[in-house]
Amino acid sequence: MAKTLYDKLFDSHVVRENGDGTYLLYIDRHLVHEVTSPQAFEWLRLAGRKPWRREAILAVPDHNVPTRDRDKPIADPVSRLQVETLDENCRTFGITEFRMNDPRQGIVHVVGPEQGLTLPGTTVVCGDSHTSTHGAFGALAFGIGTSDVEHVLATQCLVTPKSKAMRIWVNGRVGPGVTAKDIVLAIIGRIGTAGGTGYAIEFAGEAIRDLSVEGRMTVCNMAIEAGARAGFIAVDDKTIAYFEGRPLAPKGRLWEQAVAAWSTLYSDPGARFDREVELDAAEIEPMVTWGTSPEMVVPVSGRVPDPDAEPDPVRAAGMRAALRYMGLTPGTAIEDIHLDKVFIGSCTNSRIEDLRAAAEVVRGRKVAPNIKLAMVVPGSGLVKRQAEAEGLDRVFVEAGFEWRAPGCSMCLAMNADRLAPGERCASTSNRNFEGRQGQGGRTHLVSPAMAAAAAVAGHFVDVRRFQ
Amino acid sequence: MQAFKRVEGIVAPLDRANVDTDAIIPKQYLKSIKRTGFGPNLFDEWRYLDHGEPGMDHSKRPLNPDFVLNQPRYQGATILLARENFGCGSSREHAVWALVDYGFRVVIAPSFADIFYNNAFKNGLLALVLPEAVVDRLFAETEAREGYTLAVDLEAKTVTTPDGDVIPFEIDDFRRHRLLHGLDDIALTLQHADEIRAYEERRRREAPWLFEPPAV
Repeated sequence: MAKTLYDKLFDSHVVRENGDGTYLLYIDRHLVHEVTSPQAFEWLRLAGRKPWRREAILAVPDHNVPTRDRDKPIADPVSRLQVETLDENCRTFGITEFRMNDPRQGIVHVVGPEQGLTLPGTTVVCGDSHTSTHGAFGALAFGIGTSDVEHVLATQCLVTPKSKAMRIWVNGRVGPGVTAKDIVLAIIGRIGTAGGTGYAIEFAGEAIRDLSVEGRMTVCNMAIEAGARAGFIAVDDKTIAYFEGRPLAPKGRLWEQAVAAWSTLYSDPGARFDREVELDAAEIEPMVTWGTSPEMVVPVSGRVPDPDAEPDPVRAAGMRAALRYMGLTPGTAIEDIHLDKVFIGSCTNSRIEDLRAAAEVVRGRKVAPNIKLAMVVPGSGLVKRQAEAEGLDRVFVEAGFEWRAPGCSMCLAMNADRLAPGERCASTSNRNFEGRQGQGGRTHLVSPAMAAAAAVAGHFVDVRRFQ
Repeated sequence: MQAFKRVEGIVAPLDRANVDTDAIIPKQYLKSIKRTGFGPNLFDEWRYLDHGEPGMDHSKRPLNPDFVLNQPRYQGATILLARENFGCGSSREHAVWALVDYGFRVVIAPSFADIFYNNAFKNGLLALVLPEAVVDRLFAETEAREGYTLAVDLEAKTVTTPDGDVIPFEIDDFRRHRLLHGLDDIALTLQHADEIRAYEERRRREAPWLFEPPAV
């Protein structure tokens, strides 16, 4: 029978069917960070249990780490304790950890693929909703809560029902200046933040195939913003080429064997999906969110929408609350929205191609005087090193950006990087929720090139005209 | 895990769609390495007028009188009535811990985000899906009548209103079973340890690159 990619990934990891609609699913790779693991380790210890398979685990602190003064201890004592607790748990249980000052440290979803820990055809979990990122490589990857982190530590398995399968086609080609971020924001705008609830989403179509693997990571990263725990893309030559020579990728004979297996990771012709959605890539413009949910998004050429035109009363109320929080008036042109801060980073957009795209826009230009802070936070120490080798750090610094050390940073503001109340930010991250980047902070989600252009102009501009 | 059979209690209405886990428990409280003590910071940014940080005495902070949980009529509520896509966003189980620590045993909504939904059942919190029209009606009744209570019976799969109206609900049998008996998932899974080892042996033959060289 014709199988979807989801069927192939799921079925190949079933240890047993429990007979009640759930499956015991084997987990190949477990990524761990400091925020969602301490309680799991504590309960594991209290129950007298041990990790089932230590070699399947990689830990890295990312959410709390400061992005400067990394030679000093973490100033915030509560953050410091959490990072030290991860260090201590990894030491006690014999788990490999890239510590804060390891050159390989970075955002867990950047580090996993970079090291070749994530591989096609694997199941990957992490106590973080953006684990969907790893689906870009034809892996079944999804976020879990702390109870499940403990469950995977203790058993290397999860108890889970099978999701429904959705395929989203992005047909044709995008125009110049339109990126992976714009594609995924357009998808979320179309199906809504709950559109993917209960589904695993496969992204397909020419515009998806045309993306680099890093662009595909951006798309899969935000599957959860469309409600889907997992998003993934079929394996092709680009996927395979990405892993060649990665530290933890197979070598020699095993490489040949792995490549043969990976080459079967696509949906068979005629496979049945529970839902299929189509978008025309040519219609997608650079996108900007205006509200407090990623589905509140319009093209840069658009205007802030009017809740009075929304027939659904619950939705209209949500729009009014968002406009109040964001300090915006219906009808305002997106390009007339002025900014206070610019953040380029996060597991969505902090890889080398993101930094190159942003640097291309700011090269030889200056950050506008109304921008209080423009910062670039590379996704990992290795991305940072690569960018510095290419001179990108100098491009940013000469333009007036701050060049920081890797971590989640102002995507969720658990460290010192945050917005003050009322501050408005162009951000390449994934969530524009109230308070996400700091209490009272106002977040607009955009692509790296759009964020860079906004930093130079001081307000949103259409990057296609800017270049 | 605490078992759940039947809960009867005051209903608090939170009339917003897409309530995300950042709103349920803001990030600064995720720095805790404990599972308890999150209740005072449930909906922190809506509930208080000032900015909260871990380590503060939250009982001395100024309350936002407009926020629903601060209204006298909803004190002691054990059932939260919510709108669609409740619990969207981050995977933080702290959101469920905060709801439970505050005293909620049930959240009723037309839909929940997947990860939140899963996390709820791991902690004895019943995430109960009812059709939108029924939720609309419960909002209207809750707001119209002070002291409005509901009785939620997981065994019978019913919600009973103060007028004696019985509303049936659907729930996956496996979630219901685990919640009714407060089962420890890990102990259950470890009963199948031999099958996990057999799977690993098979997988090691089929995909040896996942096992050798050692993953890290």
